[in-house]
Amino acid sequence: MQLDQLYQEIILDHYKHPRGCGLRAPYGAEAHHVNPTCGDEITLRVRVGGGRVEDCSYDATGCSISQASASVLFELVEGASVEEALRDHGAFAELMAGRGTVEPDEEVLQDAVAFVGVARYPARVKCALLPWMAFKDALLRAVGAADERIPAKEG
Amino acid sequence: MTRTIPAPTLDVDRVRADFPILARLVNGHPLAYLDSAATSQKPRPVLDAVREYYERHNANVARSVHTLGTEATEAYEGARAKVAGFIGAGSADEVVFTKNSTESINLVAHAFSSMAADPRFRLGPGDEIVVSEMEHHSNLVPWQLLCQRTGAKLRWFGITEAGRLDLTDLDRLVTERTKLVALVHYSNILGTINPTATVVARARQVGALTLLDASQSVPHLPVDVGVLGADFLAFTGHKMCAPTGIGGLWARADLLEAMPPFLGGGSMIETVLMTGSTYAPPPARFEAGTPPVAKAVGLGAAVDYLRGIGMAAVAEHEKRLTAYALDALATVPEIRIIGPTDLVDRGATISFAFAGVHPHDVGQVLDAQGVQVRVGHHCARPTCARFRVPATTRASCYLYTTTDEIDALVRALAVVRKVFA
Repeated sequence: MQLDQLYQEIILDHYKHPRGCGLRAPYGAEAHHVNPTCGDEITLRVRVGGGRVEDCSYDATGCSISQASASVLFELVEGASVEEALRDHGAFAELMAGRGTVEPDEEVLQDAVAFVGVARYPARVKCALLPWMAFKDALLRAVGAADERIPAKEG
Repeated sequence: MTRTIPAPTLDVDRVRADFPILARLVNGHPLAYLDSAATSQKPRPVLDAVREYYERHNANVARSVHTLGTEATEAYEGARAKVAGFIGAGSADEVVFTKNSTESINLVAHAFSSMAADPRFRLGPGDEIVVSEMEHHSNLVPWQLLCQRTGAKLRWFGITEAGRLDLTDLDRLVTERTKLVALVHYSNILGTINPTATVVARARQVGALTLLDASQSVPHLPVDVGVLGADFLAFTGHKMCAPTGIGGLWARADLLEAMPPFLGGGSMIETVLMTGSTYAPPPARFEAGTPPVAKAVGLGAAVDYLRGIGMAAVAEHEKRLTAYALDALATVPEIRIIGPTDLVDRGATISFAFAGVHPHDVGQVLDAQGVQVRVGHHCARPTCARFRVPATTRASCYLYTTTDEIDALVRALAVVRKVFA
């Protein structure tokens, strides 16, 4: 296995220069998720308003993959509609479950396509998914708290 | 004139030839297996013994009059006798086969209750169990659960900054209220070998029982239960060249005699009536159901193999490796050893932090160079918390480990620096 497929430049860049990190207020809901096998932790907050993710803020400790994943997640969902954010979540989860066989859609996933290499390392998939699981958890509760309905999918 | 006795030695090249897996490549590099604290590799005599058992003797044990059943029973009980001899047990009946150390410890924990017939196992509010901060979760969580069930209180020894058991408060921690001291003999994360004699002596003074988690010591050191003086010893086969799924509990005969059954079922009974049952004497009382016969045979073969090499030679080999590894790692400026940095009472299991790089990433880069280490909290989360790290990278050696593999580790650590610079 090639190390540079796993640690692509985009991932190392997000790891060394994480976007949007730090916990911010106000927020609608907060989720704290841990990876019990390695001790990676993330606290993630979501604020929704007008059907959009107004802010996604986080504080994470962990490996480069989980840290970069949180940074990429922030870029994707900040300002996105709740529906788009859930679609991104679905696309990323599908990519991670694909064991390297899923061809990621760069239009949807943007920098997150760099995680295609991670999917080939089953031991690291959980690292990449940690921020996304926390995000979905916080998002759904924030939506509930704001009493915002998740728009039904069209078609 | 005094004669110096030469230190026992082993020929590591000859040992390695017995372990087929050590010849393979990993990610295009020669395998450097530095994860024996997680599980050891298996020598051909063990693999052959398991295969031969299935090919020639397989039958159920303890219930057949036929030839194969008799042979299987003899193989199973023969393995028990070998294990007993290996740890210096007075009788094979003092060795209970379990699936691993975790089950052994849970078996002992299960014997304690507020209603135990024997006062040594009666536990309630006001009673205490003492463990340490360097326990593997398997020697911590069962006692937490037991304390929740009974209202007893769990207390623990701390760890010094140097990675040693902090016995400053020994007399205040182990008191007349203490019913049991459960302590790791050889830490799976720090590599520390604990001064169990001091703790056992204090426990005896106050009338408390003692259990040693010997998961790491039985595979790596000469262990004699008579010398250790504890009441219970838990160990596992897969860390000592045997298959996974077989382990043991040694306990003094009078304690096993006083303990209630663990799992109920076949083989552990004396008489069964619809209105109730009576139970077999130890060790059968604690071995309900068809046991892992082939795995026990594998453990017996592993004991033969280790005895053939000699545990003193194994320990001496690992002592040299420890010295070599500590010196080699000291040349890597980013590394901080988590655990003792001297050779006194210290085994060849070395945890470290690499400045600025998470252990997961360290382990991933090492793997790409064929170096297999464990990363994470090693089922000892409180120990990690004590040293203010979320996890560590751990290199651990065994009788087949070479200084070349330590060199491969140090070379691979230079790649870690390069990738994450």
